[in-house]
Parts: sequence; C-alpha cells; structure tokens
Amino acid sequence: MLLTGAEILLECLIKEGVEVVFGYPGGAILPTYDSMTKYPQIRHVLVRHEQGASHMADGYARASGKVGVCIATSGPGATNLVTGLATALMDSVGIVAITGQVARGSIGTDAFQETDVTGVTLPVTKHNYLVMSAAEIPLVVEEAFHIARSGRPGPVLIDIPKDVQTEKAEFGSYPTGKLRLPGYKVASSADENDLAEAIRLIQEAERPLILAGHGLIMGNATQQLQELAEIAGIPVTLTLLGKGALPEQHPLCIGMMGMHGHAASNHAIQEADLLIALGMRFDDRVTGNLKTYSPLSRKIHVDIDPSEINKNVKVDVGIVGDLRTVLTQMLPHVPRKQHPEWVRRIRDWQEDGSERDIVTHYTGSTLLGAQVINDLWKFTDGNAVTVTDVGQHQMLEAQYYPHQRPSTLLTSGGLGTMGFGFPAAIGAKFAKPDEEVWAIVGDGGFQMTLAELATARQENVDVNIAILNNGFLGMVRQWQEIFYEQRYHATPMVNPDFCKLAEAYGIPSMRVTSRDQIKESVDFARSIKGPVLIEYVILKEEMVYPMVPSGADLDKMIRRPKWGETQP
Amino acid sequence: MSTNANKKHIISALVENKPGVLNRLVSLFRRRNFNIDSLTVGRTHKPHVSRMTIVIDGQRLNPRQMVANLYKLVNVIDARMISEDLHVERDMALVKVRTDDTESFNAVTELCERFPARIIDMGMQVAIVEITARTELVEEFINQLKPIGIVELVRTGVVAMGRGVRTQDTEYEPASISMNGGELERYSV
Ligand SMILES: Cc1ncc(C[n+]2csc(CCOP(=O)(O)OP(=O)(O)O)c2C)c(N)n1
Repeated sequence: MLLTGAEILLECLIKEGVEVVFGYPGGAILPTYDSMTKYPQIRHVLVRHEQGASHMADGYARASGKVGVCIATSGPGATNLVTGLATALMDSVGIVAITGQVARGSIGTDAFQETDVTGVTLPVTKHNYLVMSAAEIPLVVEEAFHIARSGRPGPVLIDIPKDVQTEKAEFGSYPTGKLRLPGYKVASSADENDLAEAIRLIQEAERPLILAGHGLIMGNATQQLQELAEIAGIPVTLTLLGKGALPEQHPLCIGMMGMHGHAASNHAIQEADLLIALGMRFDDRVTGNLKTYSPLSRKIHVDIDPSEINKNVKVDVGIVGDLRTVLTQMLPHVPRKQHPEWVRRIRDWQEDGSERDIVTHYTGSTLLGAQVINDLWKFTDGNAVTVTDVGQHQMLEAQYYPHQRPSTLLTSGGLGTMGFGFPAAIGAKFAKPDEEVWAIVGDGGFQMTLAELATARQENVDVNIAILNNGFLGMVRQWQEIFYEQRYHATPMVNPDFCKLAEAYGIPSMRVTSRDQIKESVDFARSIKGPVLIEYVILKEEMVYPMVPSGADLDKMIRRPKWGETQP
Repeated sequence: MSTNANKKHIISALVENKPGVLNRLVSLFRRRNFNIDSLTVGRTHKPHVSRMTIVIDGQRLNPRQMVANLYKLVNVIDARMISEDLHVERDMALVKVRTDDTESFNAVTELCERFPARIIDMGMQVAIVEITARTELVEEFINQLKPIGIVELVRTGVVAMGRGVRTQDTEYEPASISMNGGELERYSV
C-alpha cells in the first residue's frame, strides 16, 4: 500500500494500540495533523502548551502502564516538550514524543522554526531518532515503542521532517519483523550464585529491611514483594515513587523513607543489619549523607539497570534483572522467619512519631494542608488516583494519604517538576476513565500549567483539582524559615482568585476554609462529571516534618516538637 | 599487565555506524562527568560497525560504572574493559621536529633508530617523524625529542585489542529498508 509518511506514522500508532495522543499543531507537523482526519480511531487532545502534552502523556503512561504519546511541531513546539521528557526520564516513564522538523533540504540552514531537536533532547531521552525517509518510519516507530516500554522504561523522541511526512512509501506489515537492536540488552533473570548469596544474607539477618521502589510497580512485582516480606517477616519502607508497592496499611509496611519520610523508616534504615533495595536507586533525597548511610547493614540491590548498582551506595550483592523474574526465582528459597524484637523497635519509633502528629493534635481554626490531605484520604476511601505537583502538599500527600494499590500515586519524584500535577492528572484520567482522579497541587505549581484548564474543559475531563493555597511557594518558604533566617524573599505570592478563574473557564468551583467543609467539597467534586476545582485556603506557614536537611545524616531529622511540649 | 588501581583502564566498544553515535557517547561522558584520557573511533571490516577505544584514569572513575553506562546506549553493541586481560595497545604520534643543522638532524635519526620510529617527511628546516608504540614509549620518545625542538605534534590516542582467540565481534547485520526501489544508505560517519 502506497501511503504518505504521515499516514504510515498513524497506521503504526494504531497498530501499537495508541488510542489517544496529546499534542499541539504547527507548520512542520501539519501534514500529520491533516492525515489525522482519516484516522478517527486516534483521539487527539489539544493542549494549551506542549509541556502540558508531555506531562499528560506521562500521566497516561504512569496510570496505565502503556506508552503515552505526545506530538508537537518543530522549534518552539519541540523545545516546550523538554521539561516533560526530562521528568519522564528521571522517573523511568515510557513515552513516545513525535515532533515535526523542517524539510530535509533545509536542515542545518537555520530555517524558520528549526531547532536541533535530537541534539537538544539527547540527554533527556532514553533514545531519539531523526527520520530521513518515509520508508524508515515503521521500523523507527517499532523500535521507539519497544525501547520506551522495555527494560528500564523512558522517553523516546522521533523527529520527522515535514517532507518525510508527505513523501510516499510502501507500507507493508506492522510489526515489521525487522526489529534488531544489537546494542539493546534487557536484563532478565538473576545469576544463581548472586541469588544464593542474597538468600544467605536474608537467612543471617536479624534486623532486615526492604526498601521498595518504583521498579516494583513498573515491573509488576508487587505481589512478589508482599510474599517476600511476609515469608521472611521483613518490614518494608517505601520510596516516594514506591508508594502503593505494598498496601500501606499492611502490618509490615512502615511508610515512606527519606527527607520527609516517616522518622521510624529513617531510624530503621540506620539501625538495620540488612537492606534489600528493590527497584530503587538510592537517590540523595532518600539517603542523606552517604558517608553515614545505614552503617550497620549489608546490602542487596536488585535493579534492571546495571549502571545503578554501586552508583551511590556500595552493595554486597548486586543483582541485575527484572524484579518479577528475580523475586520469583528467589521466593522458593526464602527462609520462613520472624523478627519480633526488630519489629517492636520500629513500633516504638512509630509511636514516638504519632505523638508529634499534627492532624490529630492541632486544634487551631485555620485549615492545615495535612488535614486536607488526611480528610481527602478519608472521604475518597483511600482509593482515588492522586496526582500531585511538587512542594509541601506533595510531601503531605505522601505522609497523609496511604495508598493501597500500585500506580495510584503519580508524582514527579526524580526531577521534582512543578507544573506536572494538573496535566498529568488529565493524562491519568484518560488512562483510567473509571477511577476517581484528584490533582493535588500547590498554588505555585498550579499556575505553571493552569492553561490546561481549557483543555480539561474542552475535552470534559472528569478530574478533581484540589489547590492547597498557602499564598507562598511553600516548600521554598520552609527552607527559608529553617536555613535562611525567615527571609521570605520571592516566595510570597499575590494569587488570582482561583474560583473566579475556574468560572472564566466554565469550570465549577468551591472555596474551603474550614475543616468541616472538606466532606462537602469531596461530595461536590464527585457530583460533577467534568473538571472541578476546589481551593483549600490553608495556614500560610505550615511546616512539613520530619525533615532531613539535605546532606545531613538520615537519622538527624528536624522533628516536630511533641504535642504539649512546645507548640507553634 | 599490572592491576594497580591508579592504572589507566582501556575500554573497547563496538558501536553501530550511524549518524550521531559519537555524539551520544560524548554526551554521556559529559553528563556523567566521566573524564576521559583519550578516545579513538574508526570503522571496522564491517561497514555498519565502528570500534572505539576509550582510555580512562581508574582513580578518577570506576571503569565498571563507565561500561554499565555505555551499555545503556542503544547504539553500543558491546563494551568491555580490555585492559583487565592480556591485550596489545598502540598509540601513534606524528612529531614535527627541528632539523635545521647537522647536530639536530643526527640527533633525530639516532633517536629513530633506538625507538620504533621513522622519518616520514624531510624538509629543509623540519622533519616529521612517526612513532607507533605503547603509550609510555611514545611519551618517552617525545620527551627525548623535546631538547632538539618540537614544532608541532599530533597523537591518535590508544587503540587496543585483546590477545589470542578471544574476539570482540558481532553477528549483527542491519535491517535493510527498501526506499523507492533502492537500498537505503543509512550508514555514514
Ligand atoms: C519548575 C520548578 N521550579 C522551581 C522549583 C523549586 N521548588 C520546589 S517546591 C517549590 C514551591 C512550591 O510551591 P507551591 O506550588 O505553592 O506548593 P507548596 O510547597 O506551597 O505546597 C519550588 C519553587 C521546582 N521544583 N520546579
């Protein structure tokens, strides 16, 4: 069949099972947009800024486990995708970005809207392509989707010159049957000797601890994680992106670790005699000072990416493999054990934490972010898909919204991208139309991508937006309070009236100022089938505790004072 | 070969001979803050495969991290630390040196007899000498040329190969894509 490059591209996307693409047109991608009219199977969502498209594709991918797709034109359209690509790379999310490029003959001439997009995106993609003929498109698309979703997933960009989109070529079968990536190796099972050594360490450990990361969720290994923990009686602490890997109300789950993790988790890491790190990468936000990190423990690290082993933390056993495969290999040999003494010590730390808990003890009349999150959790039955932005509200969500299922907290962990939350929530809703999706955002980050309110309205996306409005760039203000003697420079914000803003976009809204309105706000949001915005006006100077100052020892946390001792 | 920690490590990589591949490697080195001592690239007997030799300082960088990162590049077919095993290595230099009097001329010719070097271009004022040898020997040669008067110097960097029947090769043949009846030439340096 003789088709144009654009038609070939769309045929391939359909064969890949792509149902929705998030994009924005422009000159260099126009042939592809024109051909979309012939392929109504693919729903195109018109965003208001290409960054939004990249985060939507990302949110879609995180929520569904499928590859998300975004499209942009050459030059400024493509450069607007960069933040989204970097975000997806850091959190290992499989997306495919398609960009138009100037015609082949104009490449390198500084033509109108020309940018070296494969050059610009090289460090922020897992791989990228400049397609120089229509005949190549099927193989490139096949490779791109394969690379995006397999191994350690990541973003892949395909740059297609305008005249390649219009060039005709023979389109045969898809998949092409020609996929051959000699340099692309995906690790699978573990070496038997490494496995035996890992089992021996588990056998000998008295204070073992599992560090559960995003890899368990992406690798569909959460069931195996639970079995491992239960058989060997090992407590589990989660990274931010690992939330949902084990139900947080599971008796062995002790919640998040790291800079704003639960104190009990950080103490447990420092006191453990064995760490079993699964699909996590010892980011500086979870280790604190590397020199004093978990000094008493031997360490097992399982990850699909060989370059992660011994990168930050030197380990005793490094296993490169697919987590589901490796854990399945491991499980029959795992010794049945319990560690009551160890679990009791962790309980004591947890007890100490609950004495400092702000939600149960605070009696002030101004709403707290922590209360909002806690009550959202309660009134959504702990069962919503929450998508956060970056800042205090993100850490409060991690602390006060326990998740029961994998892929129900979507958040920008590695890059910490403000502006991610709202568009990613729109993408997530496309992936999970039957689930309740909440975008939980700060007043600062929301304003970075709020133009997508129009997208949500146009497509009638049923997403609930919870803005935690403290009138500050809250997390930065917290740093200024602690480390810069409260010099609140460039953090107070004069904000728009968010409810009027919603109204301007034709979106229903509600403002909440006291705790007793929270249930009503959730009921209100649920009653509306379409976008809805709730503004929670919260305490201006709330603090997120505990906090490990960056670079400090993990157990040297700044703690909230115990209730009744000294209070703000 | 000694296994001393502050030794230079030699990594050899087979890569697909496609546009932009060198850029991908260099970009990786830069963003991972990998300092490299030398890097050479050239085609192999297979038109679609190039081979790179990378020399790094083992004190500043863990060579295993480097190899693991190279593996992440889709176009890198194979990467190995060949300095761990028996291997041969060669570095080449072209040195333009002053030969404008009998004394300097005689000194250069004498050095060329003691080292695996030869004069490949002879002019009135200067000569170009070529040396191909192990790096240390090349460096020694250059040091001895210095007092005579080096005018210009260029070096290739190290190329290396494992000894014996161990080979670093690939069976890989690229997919051919027919374009408007003809074969597409996707491979260029
Ligand atoms: C794009 C981007 N710019 C800057 C930052 C630095 N930063 C991290 S948190 C934060 C404040 C966020 O404020 P807000 O969105 O109001 O949320 P809050 O912390 O108040 O919950 C800033 C500026 C960032 N993470 N991302």
